[in-house]
Amino acid sequence: MRPPAEKLIRALKAAVFLLCLGPAARLVWKGFHNDLGANPIDVITRATGQWTLIFLLITLGITPLRKILQMPWLIRFRRMVGLFAFTYGSLHLMTWLWLDKFFDPHEMWTDIIKRRFITAGLTAWLLMMPLALTSTKGWIRRMGGKRWQLLHRLIYVSAAAGVFHFMWLVKADLRRPLTYGAILSVLLFFRIINWLAGKMVTKPSARAVGDLS
Amino acid sequence: MLIKKPSDIPSSEITSKSTFLSRRQFIAGAAITGAAVASGLYMRRSGWHLEETASAGAKIAGIVKSQYSTTEKPNSFQDITNYNNYYEFSTDKYEPAKLAGNFRMRPWTVSIEGLVQKPKKLDIDTILKLAPQEERIYRHRCVEGWSMVIPWVGFPLSALIKQVEPLGKAKFVAFETVYAPDQMPNQHSSVLPWPYVEGLRMDEAMHPLTILATGLYDEVLPSVDGGPLRLVVPWKYGYKNIKAIVKIKFVESMPPTTWSIQWPQAYPFYSNVSPIEDHALRSQTYERRIGEFQKRPTLLLNGYADQVASLYSGMDLHRNF
Repeated sequence: MRPPAEKLIRALKAAVFLLCLGPAARLVWKGFHNDLGANPIDVITRATGQWTLIFLLITLGITPLRKILQMPWLIRFRRMVGLFAFTYGSLHLMTWLWLDKFFDPHEMWTDIIKRRFITAGLTAWLLMMPLALTSTKGWIRRMGGKRWQLLHRLIYVSAAAGVFHFMWLVKADLRRPLTYGAILSVLLFFRIINWLAGKMVTKPSARAVGDLS
Repeated sequence: MLIKKPSDIPSSEITSKSTFLSRRQFIAGAAITGAAVASGLYMRRSGWHLEETASAGAKIAGIVKSQYSTTEKPNSFQDITNYNNYYEFSTDKYEPAKLAGNFRMRPWTVSIEGLVQKPKKLDIDTILKLAPQEERIYRHRCVEGWSMVIPWVGFPLSALIKQVEPLGKAKFVAFETVYAPDQMPNQHSSVLPWPYVEGLRMDEAMHPLTILATGLYDEVLPSVDGGPLRLVVPWKYGYKNIKAIVKIKFVESMPPTTWSIQWPQAYPFYSNVSPIEDHALRSQTYERRIGEFQKRPTLLLNGYADQVASLYSGMDLHRNF
């Protein structure tokens, strides 16, 4: 299949960018219209957390999708969606730091050591941070493709920590966290299958950067 | 028993509605400043829309004031009826308001049974005439870390208990919610074991602060908040306040309670409100009153320590039990 023209890809990227801003814009709009319900902070916390996980899963879905559909150019959306996952994750972290703990170091520390869902959530964000920082072309060059790839596999751990964070914080209703967990498992399973298949047909050294992910 | 009048919060500490509304707008916006570019492309199920309250209930006549009420400013009827946990309808706090509207509250019979001289099956309208309907403005603290001030209408549970004359060996009272999956959609799920059950020790049940609520503001208790009949024990976490009660049973040993079956370390039998830092679910040292931005410190026994601490002499109130 022929890749779409550069112009079209750029237009698509702009559209996806706006689409990714949607959930945040919706919260802002509702906030200014007093439409976030009785507990706006809770709604903001939940929404930003949900979208962090969703964007992480979309990021992880791009590689399988481009291989299955044989549309390699989809890779060009991966960094943007990944950075949105980090952005929503950072907003989500801010709701905890500021609106929940009011930057009280004692309160934060006891939360981190005593509550595993906080530990998992913070881990997920901390693992995303180096990926966001090294997401530029310059950093890929500086690190070299292979090492960069290796580092960016941290997204698997980050996403898993995010799912556990969600699973451990709900009081009883596990349906949503388990759904995310199932999707993540499928996405990771695809990589294992792909890796095994690749091992049989090609030498690992022959692979191009961006193909392994 | 000597019951002291509850200590009041000075009116200076109560936020005016306009202040909290503007603050709401500010925080909602400020929390996400980085992303203020609007996108009209994005549509999604409008899960967070406020719904009009199910049905404007009938007014209750002849409500008498009570010395047990706090003078803190109550939360709005809108907030109380649109934000609450009612797992029989949904695990989302905004959903019960949309789903409880058609819940049938008549006919309604409550069976009072177990270790009593006079077991009874009472019609809800009989129960409503057992005692004068009192206004009880209570603090309500959810284990999730939010709180409200709620103007319940109801009567002391003790008035009902006296009707059935419990036997000496009755040490606990067990409560049960109606099981009606055709009306309560989430009872089809296995999120919690149904029907919901709760319990109190006899002296807790007899305490004058413990009421059966039958109304909210001056209206018949809306189904979304547990109508037609729910328990309110203001010094305990919200989940102790069992809703839509159909059975009250007097028993000898500590009865099982739904949330303690689910996770005993987080939701033990007594579940008294206490600023416990290492509560299994979350730190309980602070709470956010609905409508306020800053959090406030959580009070021992939800601020009712003067009246109820004596019930727990010998028990460490700063531990979770």
